Amino acid sequence: MADTAKEVQKKEAETPEKGELTRARKIYSPAVDIIERKDDIVVVADMPGVDDTSVDITLEKNVLTIYGKVEADIPERHTLYLSEYGIGDYQRVFTLTDEVDREKIQATVKNGVVKILLPKAEVVKTRKISVKAEA
Amino acid sequence: MLWSDLERLGRFWDPWNEFERMQRAVSRWVSPPSADFPAVNVWVSGDEAVLTTEIPGVDPKSIDISVAGKTLTIRGSRNPEELKEGDTYHRRERWSGQFTKTVDMPFLIETGKVNAKFSRGILHITAPRAEAEKPKKIAVKSD
Repeated sequence: MADTAKEVQKKEAETPEKGELTRARKIYSPAVDIIERKDDIVVVADMPGVDDTSVDITLEKNVLTIYGKVEADIPERHTLYLSEYGIGDYQRVFTLTDEVDREKIQATVKNGVVKILLPKAEVVKTRKISVKAEA
Repeated sequence: MLWSDLERLGRFWDPWNEFERMQRAVSRWVSPPSADFPAVNVWVSGDEAVLTTEIPGVDPKSIDISVAGKTLTIRGSRNPEELKEGDTYHRRERWSGQFTKTVDMPFLIETGKVNAKFSRGILHITAPRAEAEKPKKIAVKSD
């Protein structure tokens, strides 16, 4: 038994302050590692049951939201004999600082582990805002 | 009172269920959940058991499953993220290391026919019930 595997129970995510979700399903808070490297910050999240089509990463202003939708894979005509974990979606929200280059954020998912690369901005300079004409 | 009466009542209120619920509520305060890592779910039907467990990021090659009689054992490991010099953790919540999980199935397993699949970080094991132990249908003859 690994020493680090002491706290392994899935944690339910807190209800967002803005209100309840419309979908009546459980939402878990995935365990994450956040590592700061020389050129970027890596966010690694354990989200078993999630693949590239069911994970949603959004960046709105400073807020990075990771959402993973999980389809419960329950065998038909079986009865539950032992239940140690619950099945539900995942959500976790982080607030980013200005040092991240938003344009170059990359994300991958493999074996239920989501990895997000947040490259550091070259220099934190005054942000240019390009104005586009509306179509 | 007949036990069947209790069962009828149990549709609305099951004293055992209630007791277990209370026990769970109390034990959450007293000690952390006792289930060994990783947590498993097991579904059963008349002739097979399906076990699922969430072990994201584990190399499928490192997973070792063995079956003996009614007991199914899963072994595996996961390495921590590789860090270079100068890299620092802001948060470190994910588990790493080796694990061994033993689950007692409700019936004997046909060891040769156990099937395992690993997808999206979930290990899915199908364990058929041993032929010798399968329930037999007994035909009733009439004169």
